[in-house]
Amino acid sequence: MGTSTDPLSHVRVLMARATGDEKHEESTTSSLDALWVLYDRILRIDPAHPMAEDRDRFILSKGHGPASLYAILAAKGFFPPDRLDSFLEHDGILGSHPDRLRVPGIEASTGSLGHGMALAVGVALALRAKGQTDQRVIVLTGDAELNEGSNWEAVMLAPILRLGALTWLIIDNHSSSLPMGPWDAWLAPFGWDVHVVDGHDLDLLEAALATRHEEQPVAVVADIPRGEW
Amino acid sequence: MRAMREAFAETANDLVEADDRVAIVLADISRTMFARAVRHAPLRVINVGIAEQSMVGVAAGFAMEGFHPIAHSLSPFLAERPYEQIKLDFGYQGLGGSFVGSGGSYDYAGEGATHHSPGDASLMLAIPRVQVLVPGHGDEVDRLLRATYANGQPTYIRTSLATNDESHVVAPGRLEVIRHGSGATVVAFGPMLSRTLEATVHLDATVVYATSLEPFDRVALRALARETPDVIVVEPWYEGTAAPVIASTFPDTPVRTRFIGVPRRFIHSYGTWRDLDTELGLDAAGIRARL
Repeated sequence: MGTSTDPLSHVRVLMARATGDEKHEESTTSSLDALWVLYDRILRIDPAHPMAEDRDRFILSKGHGPASLYAILAAKGFFPPDRLDSFLEHDGILGSHPDRLRVPGIEASTGSLGHGMALAVGVALALRAKGQTDQRVIVLTGDAELNEGSNWEAVMLAPILRLGALTWLIIDNHSSSLPMGPWDAWLAPFGWDVHVVDGHDLDLLEAALATRHEEQPVAVVADIPRGEW
Repeated sequence: MRAMREAFAETANDLVEADDRVAIVLADISRTMFARAVRHAPLRVINVGIAEQSMVGVAAGFAMEGFHPIAHSLSPFLAERPYEQIKLDFGYQGLGGSFVGSGGSYDYAGEGATHHSPGDASLMLAIPRVQVLVPGHGDEVDRLLRATYANGQPTYIRTSLATNDESHVVAPGRLEVIRHGSGATVVAFGPMLSRTLEATVHLDATVVYATSLEPFDRVALRALARETPDVIVVEPWYEGTAAPVIASTFPDTPVRTRFIGVPRRFIHSYGTWRDLDTELGLDAAGIRARL
């Protein structure tokens, strides 16, 4: 990490400018690799037109630890990197939970856990109703976030509604105080196509996140062992 | 006379047919009432099952994509159970949608207090940007829903089994003067109008009709109460729900106010909504006794 061969070294430099949310540091760093794969290899979003109709949609459901997402958005040109310097400050736009009305590229205002899955299901249904069948909807939850029961309503619903456009990325950094998983045994019976991968392996993350079916939603679990945040 | 719930369904079916940005999201309740909309646009009528948090979240997802979602359930399962979803997914996110509740405050009296929601309007008032509407007749449900469904704000429309004898040409944020008098001004909200007119027939009072708690026509009420600063509110939810609205109507004028509504206690009796109206002093005789 942090070496000259690290493809994310420039993002880490940017992320270091957003200080003050150290209580969410594990949440921030454990999401970084998967978020980079999304924005560098998977999502089709034009930073100059972040609300273009033909974009893919990404929802950071957990809302927590968004400094890695902010750094990636800045690296990709959604907003100037100097915005990171005013992270959490009164005259800035970047809070420790993202606000869609302030931050270019932020699809949903989140932070209270357990809201993003249902939003993502609604967005996927809306895209289907508009005939936008090519677009994807990717929602990221944490493992501890999944303690919230509201998630499970939507987890049950998505396969029933045959939402092939939906991908659910779980960052399993083992931060939940309740044991979560095993994921395949938990989620496959609901109807999800489950992929558990090393949460720091960019290529494995890309292969899993590139998976898309016509009707079956995909769950990608990015496994981050404790201590490897 | 059309019941409010049926009137709502008819209008919602019409809107799905007329506007391809309208989506209906249900949580099982009333799922058979939207067959016409399903036939016309099956992708815009979604039943998420008995999952009210998802109902509101999914509706917000539709709103994020430019739709005008309509979510519907019994009032306690629409205004109370998914309250945070209305507050954050719609309110904080700056989105608009219609939330049409049926059964308030205790229409399904036999079901007990789990199915009551006399606190719904207070809760909705606590969310910035939310409109709170309370039609008193099926035709008014139609008018209010058509007037607000695409307004870009979260709009809570509270329907009930109780209705007034006749409908009025209502609009959000407007008071209708029903009877002129020189004494107190009596404000009747939604389905309380007919019984309020009956209860006040012996009084030289002005009776006004409100189907809109927020926005509220403060200018009109201020003008009506100028001569006699005595305002009596008859409301179909917890008594005092309208107090903040009335207080802000008279920021610098001393006005005597009284609130006649549902007492703030849990109800442990059954029967019909009419039985509970009588028990709680909200039928015409009860209102007259409380004036």
